[in-house]
Amino acid sequence: VEVEQFLYHEARLLDTGQLEAWLDLFTADAVYWVPLERDQRDAAETSSIIHDDRTLLELRVKQARHPRAHARLPLARTVHQIGNVMLLGEENGELRVGSTLQLVEWRNERQRLWGALVEHRLRRADGAFKIARKRVDLVNSEGELDGIAILF
Amino acid sequence: MGAFDRERLAMLVQPDRVHRSVYADPEIFELEMERIFGRAWLVVGHESQLGGRGDFFTTRLGREAVIVVRQDDRSIAVLVNRCAHRGATVCAEGRGNAQRFVCPYHGWTYDTAGGLRAVPIESGYRREALSQLGLKRIPRVATYRGFIFASAAPAGPGLEEFLGPTLASFDDFVDRAPGGELEVAGGVFKHAYRGNWKLMLENHLDGVHPAHVHASSVAVARGAPEPGAPGAEHYYDIAVRQMRQNGAPESLWESIGVWATPRGHGWLGDYHTDTRLVAGLGNPAFDEYRRRLAARVGDAEADRILAVTRWNTIVYPSCSFMSQFRQLRIIHPIAVDRSVVHTYSFRMKDAPPPMFRDTVAFANVVNGTGSWVLTDDLEVYERVQRGFGSGAVEWAYIGRGHGADVDEPDGTRRGGTGTSEVFIRAQFRAWLDYMTREG
Repeated sequence: VEVEQFLYHEARLLDTGQLEAWLDLFTADAVYWVPLERDQRDAAETSSIIHDDRTLLELRVKQARHPRAHARLPLARTVHQIGNVMLLGEENGELRVGSTLQLVEWRNERQRLWGALVEHRLRRADGAFKIARKRVDLVNSEGELDGIAILF
Repeated sequence: MGAFDRERLAMLVQPDRVHRSVYADPEIFELEMERIFGRAWLVVGHESQLGGRGDFFTTRLGREAVIVVRQDDRSIAVLVNRCAHRGATVCAEGRGNAQRFVCPYHGWTYDTAGGLRAVPIESGYRREALSQLGLKRIPRVATYRGFIFASAAPAGPGLEEFLGPTLASFDDFVDRAPGGELEVAGGVFKHAYRGNWKLMLENHLDGVHPAHVHASSVAVARGAPEPGAPGAEHYYDIAVRQMRQNGAPESLWESIGVWATPRGHGWLGDYHTDTRLVAGLGNPAFDEYRRRLAARVGDAEADRILAVTRWNTIVYPSCSFMSQFRQLRIIHPIAVDRSVVHTYSFRMKDAPPPMFRDTVAFANVVNGTGSWVLTDDLEVYERVQRGFGSGAVEWAYIGRGHGADVDEPDGTRRGGTGTSEVFIRAQFRAWLDYMTREG
């Protein structure tokens, strides 16, 4: 229940535009990863739709706030629907949590629907969870996609 | 040719402006598919995507689905991926190895040269009728230094004549690899936008747009932590450096040079020399790479190769590529207002592994579907398309630098400055030539 509530909280921050608070959920050594290929094992030798360390993730949030971020003005409105939350295991003090994501995005009179398998690695710090790693495998990651200017 | 006869087409393209219908009229788009994409040499891929006989990959030639397949004699054939019988797509896989392509509908079976080898209940057909049928073979296929091209026109200029001065850009691409061997690697980005195919080609040599289109990524990169010293780089360095470089001062863009050819090709001088790259700043991997290159070709030749400074090169109408980070983009026109771009990364086989990791990081930052940079380009293409879709204003202006272009002895035309729209004007001269040429 605590894990589920945390994932819902994370989603709500994104859906209500609280991107800075969302960023604060990540550890300093966090990795946020949206692979390009199905079952992709590595982000160094194969491209990724997004593969950010904490520094780059912060740039992404800052870009969303920039007054000339054309693809992000206005920011898309989103609803993250999280389901099938499962504890997959525990490694090195981190919880591996699997979930599914359905996301509705609306911007420029166009609505898009995304589906993804998600894996979080959650680390407990000061009584709360932090995200050490988040991997989002979009079902259509290998497809021909219009630009992506949202956070999953 | 209906409403768009030669005179009407010629009116659409004027020295410093073009009519919006070239971007927005579906009838013109159909004509482009026949007269431009149906004639020019189009890039379809790279030899590293095909190993031995029977190896194949599927892609589009212009907007037509094709199979690119290695023949028994090691030559390459490009076959239209459409059954001669009922028109079904014969091969649904992205890549693989096959001796036969079998249509899912009635089992019509083709060999790798497109020849029809079997049909069900053969007695139902006249033999001589069947002998005429097969997978349609694209008449001309040629390679240049590993890059595979095809032309749907049975006759026309040969590949090297077609490429002309952009041969040197391909040479640069390949020469930089120690041993000269490149391979497609690292995944293919496939992005789409609601805009005309020409908009991408008109953007890639445009030195004015980065400061404006990419203002937000330039700004956040300027506020980012500093990239690391040689040997102590961070993962984020490539991203930060590249995004910052898009904010280079106007004086730099003005000075770098832009060239165009009568066939619509062009290239931009380098605004991002090796000394500005992560890998170029005395970094150990780059030093090792240079050593390996020099071991193959000698010091002087290595210096010459690394001193070539071409940034993006455009091969009209299908492709844009750059050698420093080994990126190649192929544009597939889908409709007058819809385009798909496939971006390939290349690995230099004998270079130190970190060089390819830089390529992957660069691809993510600049060409990725979720990139800070590309997403703003796509947004702007779509806004341009909306503007050209409106009849409220008829003309688009392409006059930057017009009147200051310089004709070079090798037949290329150089912009008076690096921010000239000379390359757009050249693309439209080529466009008009394709569109109005008979036969």
